[in-house]
Amino acid sequence: MRTPTFLLICLAVSAAVFAISVALGNDYIFFAGYVVMQYVVLSTAWNILGGYCGYVNFGSAAFFALGAYSTVAIYKLITENDFYRMPMPVLMLIGGVVSGVVGLGMGYLTLRLRGAFFAIATLALAVVLQTLIVNWDYVGGSRGAYIIRPEQIEPIGSYIRYLFLIMMLLAVAAVTIARLIEHSRLGYGFATIRDDELAAEASGVPTLRLKLIATTISGALMGMAGAPFPYYIGYLQPASTFGLDYAVNSIAMPLIGGTTSWVGPLMGALLLGSLQQIATVTISSAVNLLIVGCLLVVFVVIAPNGIVGLSHTYLQRKPEDFVGRRPVDADASGKVP
Amino acid sequence: MIFSFDLLINAVVSGILIGGFYAAVTSGVSLSFGILDIVNIAHPAFIILGSYVAYAANSSLGLDPILTAIVMMPAFYLLGAGIYQVYYTSFEKRGQESLRGLAFFFGLLFITEVSLVLYFGVDYRYVDARYIGPSWHFGMLDIPLRILVPYLVSLLLMAALQIFLTRTFVGRAIMAVAQDQLALRLMAVDPIRIKRIAFGVSIATASLAGAFLIIIQPVEPSVGREYIGRVFAICVLGGMGSLPGTVIAAMLLGVVESLTSTFYGPSWAPAVSFGFLLLTLAVRPAGLLGR
Repeated sequence: MRTPTFLLICLAVSAAVFAISVALGNDYIFFAGYVVMQYVVLSTAWNILGGYCGYVNFGSAAFFALGAYSTVAIYKLITENDFYRMPMPVLMLIGGVVSGVVGLGMGYLTLRLRGAFFAIATLALAVVLQTLIVNWDYVGGSRGAYIIRPEQIEPIGSYIRYLFLIMMLLAVAAVTIARLIEHSRLGYGFATIRDDELAAEASGVPTLRLKLIATTISGALMGMAGAPFPYYIGYLQPASTFGLDYAVNSIAMPLIGGTTSWVGPLMGALLLGSLQQIATVTISSAVNLLIVGCLLVVFVVIAPNGIVGLSHTYLQRKPEDFVGRRPVDADASGKVP
Repeated sequence: MIFSFDLLINAVVSGILIGGFYAAVTSGVSLSFGILDIVNIAHPAFIILGSYVAYAANSSLGLDPILTAIVMMPAFYLLGAGIYQVYYTSFEKRGQESLRGLAFFFGLLFITEVSLVLYFGVDYRYVDARYIGPSWHFGMLDIPLRILVPYLVSLLLMAALQIFLTRTFVGRAIMAVAQDQLALRLMAVDPIRIKRIAFGVSIATASLAGAFLIIIQPVEPSVGREYIGRVFAICVLGGMGSLPGTVIAAMLLGVVESLTSTFYGPSWAPAVSFGFLLLTLAVRPAGLLGR
């Protein structure tokens, strides 16, 4: 399928989802749907680096929070100086740029090292950034910051509908970008890094540059997902914005869905995201994190290629048909198994 | 900010003492990550588990936390050996340890933490023992026993581990498994068994480290997260898998953290360890005493 056709189909589906949600007439659907869409963006963004290149990022929350806090900083600037109010897409772009730049810098510092160091450094980054935000009084420090959400926006109606619509469009954009990357030179380059970085380097693949591109795109998308968050939540506080649940969700969703293609994170996020929304309402929010943790462990142990991999085995198609899938018997370090 | 010599000396000494405790916390990661190349980011969660075991024994039976921890070490060893077996059959054997192995440990971290929250709640817990409370005074120095006792036992633990790794057959096999698995196999040693033992020992240290933690400060389930960065910073800074390097790096970090929180305020202290880590990774990835 060509990209414009794919995009049109995605937009049509989104329009249908939005129309149905409006027809149901309950605003809670928008609140829950916003979170699910936000996880679609986060898990797709995580997968561009984690699934395609094989570099695990534990700092999703940091990139997400950077986007959110850049919105807070701009909001303060505007309300204090009485500037022109910026529309949400502009705020998202700014959040994306900030997170993208941080992603680039972070990648530059650590991507020359082995994969595990990168993973640990991303964890470290999250705490350094959290400490900076906690000590930065302008954006509220550890007390947190209040954002007043406008009641209405023309012509959509209540503001939460507008936020949901925007997040859904961002999700469509993210999925399209991921799909585009997958079938491009860039995607094949990413796959060589995941399969055997040394061999890729030896064959002339510019691995460092490709990895930097991946961290930047991935970071920028996470930042964009975070930018509208202050308007959604109303009160932003460092401990919850940098919370480990964003990190665990954005890792668990692609791994449960399947990391090799754009379908995996999308399915993982839709399934797990909805499940969590239901579990939060019906059981408790602590239990829903336990569910995510258990599902993550069970899936990585039993179904290494996620739901997508399972469906392929079920449909009796060779998983090798998938672009860039890693062969099972080979070992990167050449160890005797 | 008034600079005072008293404050400086006290900050340095308490940094060194806390550093000894950090060394015990990191020793497990030095074994698993430094030597075996298993990125066990769930290690701090097992430390918290150790804290809660010590708490449960202390609050219900009034047992000494350190004694409880030593008694519980075989149980933690078995837990570690079991986890390694799962890790080996599901990831190492298939050659998928990098991405999925990491996710596996991340999942374990979450399960442990949330289970503790569900069982014990999110209140801070603490233990009672005779050495918690009193301090010794040497002139202007002021040493609380609750930090001195874990410090001394930590140093004992590190010495015992070092002797185990350099003097015993199994210990030397553990050092060898990091270098050449095939050669070890040719010496008629099963590398998987050796790795299982090593990982078991690394989790067993978490039992003791957990007891130290709850002696030094009140504990709630998410405290472990603060230690993720700290232990890996120390492990990398000390030089992967080098126990003497771990002790030096731990004390260095302890002193810098203590100085930061004394002179700039405790809210900046967490950034120190991570700043250290990022700096080490960027400047000297081999660490201080890297092999």
